[in-house]
Amino acid sequence: MRAAPYLMSLPALVLFAGVVVVPLAMTVLLSFHDWGQYKGIEPVFILKNWREVLGDSYFHEMFWRTFRIAFCVTFLAALFGAPEAYILNRMKSPWRGLFLLVILGPLLISVVARTLGWALLFGGSSGLVNKALMNLGLVDAPLPFMFTETGVIVALTHVLMPYMVLAVWASLQRLDPQVENAAIALGAGPITVLRRIVLPQVMPGILSGAVIVFALAASAFATPAIIGGRRLKVASTLAYDEFLNTLNWPLGAAVAVLLLFALVAIVWGANRLVERRYAQVFA
Amino acid sequence: MSRNGPLALAYHTLFVAFMLAPILVVCIVAFTPEGYLSFPTDRWSLRWFYAIGRYPEFISAFWRSIWLGALSSAIAVTVSVPAALAIARYRFPGREAMTALFMSPLMIPHVVLGIAFLRFFTEIGLGGTFTGLVLSHIVIVLPFALRLTLASAIGLDRAIEHAAVSLGATEWVVLKRITLPLVLPGLASGWALAFINSFDEVTMTVFIAAPGTETLPVRMFLYIQDNIDPLVTSVSACVIAITVVALILLDRAYGLERLLVGRGATHGR
Repeated sequence: MRAAPYLMSLPALVLFAGVVVVPLAMTVLLSFHDWGQYKGIEPVFILKNWREVLGDSYFHEMFWRTFRIAFCVTFLAALFGAPEAYILNRMKSPWRGLFLLVILGPLLISVVARTLGWALLFGGSSGLVNKALMNLGLVDAPLPFMFTETGVIVALTHVLMPYMVLAVWASLQRLDPQVENAAIALGAGPITVLRRIVLPQVMPGILSGAVIVFALAASAFATPAIIGGRRLKVASTLAYDEFLNTLNWPLGAAVAVLLLFALVAIVWGANRLVERRYAQVFA
Repeated sequence: MSRNGPLALAYHTLFVAFMLAPILVVCIVAFTPEGYLSFPTDRWSLRWFYAIGRYPEFISAFWRSIWLGALSSAIAVTVSVPAALAIARYRFPGREAMTALFMSPLMIPHVVLGIAFLRFFTEIGLGGTFTGLVLSHIVIVLPFALRLTLASAIGLDRAIEHAAVSLGATEWVVLKRITLPLVLPGLASGWALAFINSFDEVTMTVFIAAPGTETLPVRMFLYIQDNIDPLVTSVSACVIAITVVALILLDRAYGLERLLVGRGATHGR
């Protein structure tokens, strides 16, 4: 019976070994191959692509932009998503379920359709966001959203917001409302209760939400491709271009592998930090 | 617990408006009677919905997405049931590592998976084929299927199985008549969540789909890259409508929160 669990997992293990581990190893290997306009991919072991990706200022700028966008999206999602999760949690029964569905539901709606919505709101002949901003007197001239970082950040924040609300919501479910009531009974004002009681307890939720949102924002593809267009490149759209337009697969593989390693390092480091800082909350 | 004040409710209204605005805009523009992107003002028209019928590539891509989602989710669930039972019932060396491996498609950027699959399938002669699409989709939806089957496998009352065994049932009968029926709800919702994720997947699929094996989101994405016109808004409106119906059914059947948070996070239910 020792072998039972392994035998039971065998189909899935074989599948993952064949279709995940091998292709990923091949991609890492591919990033060391040579490529030429006319000779195609040459299976040699050289550092040319890695030198180019790590040394060229074009790639520095592109990676810096990718992580800058991811950071802004994470910050905005936490800033606006956490209070909403708190408000949602205080709602009464039918509304709570309904609005949870409304806010988490978009997670399952095609990201292409959601991004198309932002493209319609930002640009074209209508440009609804700018009309609204100008009618409110907030801006004098239309702001450029399409093909800008601002546009990508706004659309990506919308696309990834449900993950943040979900994470904070989950941590709010663990919160004991009696603690809040005790603080009020002892004379604490609403601000003090929020700052001293609620916030410290939902912080692990916000941080784990932030890790998810950051990882997804840094590797997002459809939204930066549609809103950012061909000129505003991030890591994933650049890799796509190298693979399907320039056909320089080894260089594209180097960009993708670097993105993967950077994200794994960041997510792992953040998780370690969160666990150490909040060990007592998880225990 | 105290109630939300007017300020909180105003914030909530703005937040919900932000979440719904882009989705509603797509649905409204889809009804334009004009030949260009505009809001229907005095007259609504179904012209762009009829126009979808004249673009067979959207129709065939839609059916391909349906088949791909159904097939890959079914295989993913089938493969994850024994794995979930193994993880839930046994403590064995490599258990944690195996679980991490099965969950890894959630952490690996889909663009990296797309590149890896493109290279791999081209090398083994599956480049641009439906088989390649199915294999890759099984892998990316397996974490969703596994998470829900695992939750129901852990929640299973072993006493019922033990009772069946003591009443003389063989191992096979226990599996068929007791275990599988008990994990069936988890299986069904795991399949549904896997299906939705396969149906919406675009980042990875765009790398490995060739003309003729494009899924609906890939077709929409490539169409938008060329130009945005009312046709793609009406296609998107249909996709949104289908997803919303599926979402409401799923919420009724299983609870969306439980589905998304996993591991039975709804306390006191």
